[in-house]
Amino acid sequence: MTAPLEQPLTTRIGPRLLDLPAAVGLDTHLARFGPPPTDLGQLIAWVDSAGLRGRGGARFPTAIKLAAVARRRRAIVVVNATEGEPASIKDKALLHQAPHLVLDGAAAAGAAVGAREIIVAVERSAVATMEAAVAAADERRMAGLERLAVRVVGTPSRYVAGEETALVHWLNGGEAKPTLVPPRPFERGVSGRPTLVDNVETLAHLALIARFGPQWYRRAGTAEDPGTTLVTVTGAVTHPGVYEVEGGSSLAAAIEGAGSAMDDLDAVLVGGHFGSWISATEARQLTLGAGSLGSAGAALGCGALVALPRGACGVAETARITRWMADQNAGQCGPCVHGLPAMAEQLTVMAHGGRAVDHARNELLGLLPEIEGRGACRHPDGVVRLVRSALRVFATEIAEHHHRGPCAPSGPWLPTPSIGGWR
Amino acid sequence: MSLRIIVNPIACTGHGLCAELFPERIRLDRWGYPIIDPTLIPPHLEAHARRAVAACPDLALRIQSEPDTSG
Repeated sequence: MTAPLEQPLTTRIGPRLLDLPAAVGLDTHLARFGPPPTDLGQLIAWVDSAGLRGRGGARFPTAIKLAAVARRRRAIVVVNATEGEPASIKDKALLHQAPHLVLDGAAAAGAAVGAREIIVAVERSAVATMEAAVAAADERRMAGLERLAVRVVGTPSRYVAGEETALVHWLNGGEAKPTLVPPRPFERGVSGRPTLVDNVETLAHLALIARFGPQWYRRAGTAEDPGTTLVTVTGAVTHPGVYEVEGGSSLAAAIEGAGSAMDDLDAVLVGGHFGSWISATEARQLTLGAGSLGSAGAALGCGALVALPRGACGVAETARITRWMADQNAGQCGPCVHGLPAMAEQLTVMAHGGRAVDHARNELLGLLPEIEGRGACRHPDGVVRLVRSALRVFATEIAEHHHRGPCAPSGPWLPTPSIGGWR
Repeated sequence: MSLRIIVNPIACTGHGLCAELFPERIRLDRWGYPIIDPTLIPPHLEAHARRAVAACPDLALRIQSEPDTSG
């Protein structure tokens, strides 16, 4: 492996992943980062001591996943760029902007786990990102840099299609719907092979850890939340987009960095549609660290932050995205199939206001424990968590709806894109 | 070894026979899908559990045995 950079990538820890201009070619990439490391014997140990966690949403320790696949033979690496979260674009943006960094990470992970093939799975409407991935893979093959076969595939535009068992099932020729675990993909995945499914951003960080080592990685962020992290900031901000921030840095700073004043906000949705609402008052006190967000019942998840302005109706927004999440269910597990539309219905009543609000709220409270933990995947649990956070953060608004009816129209602030098929 | 009953929620279509046959651990939700009490099954209830598993038209239930940890 290369020694830690003589000179840090930037002076004050700034962007690492988003350091270079859009869609960089191989020459620029190599000039910036140096040749890919060849000695990867310590990679899993390095990733472990760097404290890298998955950036797809679950924040699972990457080294544990690597080690589980490495114990098995003839693995496959899947780069997960499905990014079904409507409020997140960081994975597509990163793969578009720095495809070689991501492919370096996939190659390094592939070498560490003894993989035979790399599959880059990109949500198929992200055409420019797919093209960048294909062009980068071609460039690397031509330069003799790629030891493994790299295949780029366009995945269905469905929310749960990126859940790792759903992605594996689709890659094996089925519908992009979650399957029962075990077996997990690391045990039996694509073509029955042990499969490492890692998020785009995770692999880009891994590429840098493989080059510069864990101490370098930990120069950014905090002990608990090392490194940098990508966030997608949208909603009531003047400069929506993808930002690279340090682990454990201020939540308010991330929002204000995108051009918004916390004073103008009512709440922030942290983690996207699979996330939780946090009131603007609470948000001021929090960092993006796992412990800090956890104290407010939230998690950074995929890094999507949506700013909800004062005057917008959090209940109506929650009703709308719950309806959308209900439409996104895979049609497989009864409690999710029936429970999510039922939740959306009660929330819609609550958003309309009037005397039905209290009854709807009680109905909703009764539904939550009947849905939570009862799906094959975590889709229903995510919606339950979102709704619980809405009931807490918008409690005053809900009480007001009872007396004065619905809020004045505002938004929509959260995206609910159209739905594709399952194949 | 202790036994626990588990459901495959993808396979289950909510026939509800399991709750009839093994009410000690299985009740139905408002849509007719089983809610399973994860408490270990004592020996005297084992036969009921196995009957519920065998009766499921969707083959969605199974019995999982695990080492005693709770003592």
